[in-house]
Amino acid sequence: MRNTLIGIAGGLALALASGTSAYAQELTIFWAEWDPANYLQELVNEYEAETGVTVTVETTPWSDFQTKAFTEFNARGSAYDMIVGDSQWLGAASEGGHYVDLTEFFNKHNLGEVMAPATVKYYAEYPGNSGKFWAVPAEGDAVGWSYRKDWFEDPAEMAAFKEKYGYDLAPPADWKQLTDIAEFFHRPDENRYGIAIYTDNSYDAMVMGVENAIFSYGAELGNFETYEVDGYVNSDKAVAALENYKKLYSYTPPGWAKTFFVENNQAITEGLVAMSMNYFAFFPALLNEASNPHAANTGFFANPAGPDGDQFAALGGQGISIVSYSDYQEESMKFLEWFIKDETQKRWAELGGYTASAAVLQSEEFRKATPYNEAFYQTMFKVKDFWAVPEFAELLTAANQRLYPFIVGNEGTAKETLDALASDWEATFKKYGRGQ
Amino acid sequence: MASQVMTNLDPKSRAAAKGLSDLTIRNLFIIPTIAFLIIFNIFPLLYSLAYSFTDFRASTRAPANFVGLQNYRDLLSDPFIWSNFSITAKYVLISVTGQVLVGFGLAMLLNRAIPAKGLITTLLLLPMMLSMAVVGLFWKLLYDPNFGIINYFLGLEKFEWLADPDMALYAIAIVDIWMWAPFVMLLSLAGLSAVPKHLYEAAEIDRASGLYTFFRITLPLVAPILMIAIIFRTMEAFKTFDLAYVLSSQPTTELIAIRLYKMAFQEWQTGMSSAFAYIVLIMVVAITNIYVKYLNKVKAR
Repeated sequence: MRNTLIGIAGGLALALASGTSAYAQELTIFWAEWDPANYLQELVNEYEAETGVTVTVETTPWSDFQTKAFTEFNARGSAYDMIVGDSQWLGAASEGGHYVDLTEFFNKHNLGEVMAPATVKYYAEYPGNSGKFWAVPAEGDAVGWSYRKDWFEDPAEMAAFKEKYGYDLAPPADWKQLTDIAEFFHRPDENRYGIAIYTDNSYDAMVMGVENAIFSYGAELGNFETYEVDGYVNSDKAVAALENYKKLYSYTPPGWAKTFFVENNQAITEGLVAMSMNYFAFFPALLNEASNPHAANTGFFANPAGPDGDQFAALGGQGISIVSYSDYQEESMKFLEWFIKDETQKRWAELGGYTASAAVLQSEEFRKATPYNEAFYQTMFKVKDFWAVPEFAELLTAANQRLYPFIVGNEGTAKETLDALASDWEATFKKYGRGQ
Repeated sequence: MASQVMTNLDPKSRAAAKGLSDLTIRNLFIIPTIAFLIIFNIFPLLYSLAYSFTDFRASTRAPANFVGLQNYRDLLSDPFIWSNFSITAKYVLISVTGQVLVGFGLAMLLNRAIPAKGLITTLLLLPMMLSMAVVGLFWKLLYDPNFGIINYFLGLEKFEWLADPDMALYAIAIVDIWMWAPFVMLLSLAGLSAVPKHLYEAAEIDRASGLYTFFRITLPLVAPILMIAIIFRTMEAFKTFDLAYVLSSQPTTELIAIRLYKMAFQEWQTGMSSAFAYIVLIMVVAITNIYVKYLNKVKAR
């Protein structure tokens, strides 16, 4: 018995000792489960080849990402050294002390100029204009559109469209055209529908879709510095934008009531719709013949302008941050130094990652690399984002509770919806003592 | 009495040889369980009760401030929370009634000599052996208006089961009934087979009608076990999360468990969600108590 115990204790000690020595050469990055995470794993394999430090990209499904990350943060866990977190987490993660302050690193490497301005503003800095940085822009992303080129270029359709609407059928230049085209192609009898939009009211899905309308209509969610919302999110422009979004919902395929990126890509691959809203990060799958039978006939365009010519898009994408509870912060810092190098960023883009590096984005090579890179490049210089305050999830819940019944459930008017949302948000900001 | 039990340990047993008394053995079995219950059930329960009176948020380092009954007041005056409660009540009512009707009906059909009875019973039990999330995912496909098999067979064309705000809750309840009616059937079958045959024979001699026999003999004798099935299903239906979460995101299907999950793990309002959990706990305990009282009454009869 005693010998067995000694044996077990010896084994445990050996395992612990070898575990500790192996750990110093290992870093773990946490991200959501999607293609860019696979591209990142390929990229970091090259870091391992160069330095001998193994970097593992650990993933979890999107629906679980926020919960799992914050559970680990709240437990002060050291499972992850770095995290590629959503832009709206910045407030919660920085105020909660979960992220390492990267301001010094940011300034030393002049990242404010190396990375595209919008990505610095939304993925890295919190509070806005504070000059404090918590992340290195990693995966740029925004909402864009894919469309069926063959439907748009069919001579019979073009002639019929011109006759009905008085202008040429082409990728829409503004939201009115977008709506016209959706209406034109909406033919339930032929199992063809106008458009696919986000309608899932969990987390930020539908809100991102509505933001596309609100921002391009020239409206804002609020004043990000004073936390005023009345007169912003319920302005006349915002009301018109929401009405337009609801109108688009009437041109979606049947059952389009809980849809996000998976369903919107399916709408194209199944040949259901003429146009589909989605993050750029999901577009590579649409060019793959194996996953999209209409790959050769799929085109892309940036979110169109609103009635007054404003043109913006809702921001997706993430920055990479160092977790405060990591045992290997210095090693992580070294990794980030490698990650921001021009050649690494170039390689990141080649592998399929959406780099935020301004130089790479602006290069001809990048813009011509895929059919959607040009639209992505244009979009990344005109993006806007949701609130990044620590209580962003409460703001999202209120938005979902107000917007969904109007868009999908046909309840109330756009004005009533947004007035109610403004007062919900005001109450939340008041509760947390913001803008007082 | 106790000392009588204590002396029951066989003096020749190995335990007795090692000098263990009955009391020691009893403690060896019971203490770990009690310790487990205290550490993992009672302690968190009390801890969260304390949190429910604070504005604590697990996602920040800010200290928890005592806010008294503010969380309870806010929750009970929030119209969205009341709507979550009424949705849940409606869901429990539809779902449990459906399960009892279908489950008891199936049990009546099976409570006779039919060929392959064992096989049929086993096949009918399959749904409740599946994972809730998996059931949710494949019923989502079955309900799909574009290619779903349900609309195809019912000839409903593009009927939107889950996208229609009024229909979605019924659609989820149908799935729950499909999944859990077999459970009610199983318990009912056990109750039915325990009804003494001579009562039916006596009823037959008295020329009692089938309906009279059912209401005067079958139902009263099966009632206690049926009540147990109803208690279990009500408690389960009350805390339904996965099925509704996977199937639909309609505000008309946001059950309390879903709202609680969002509040606790997406918004990280830890204090507020603890208060919410307590409100739910009190309601479940109250409802269960009413059922148990009724069950005792039925048994007494």
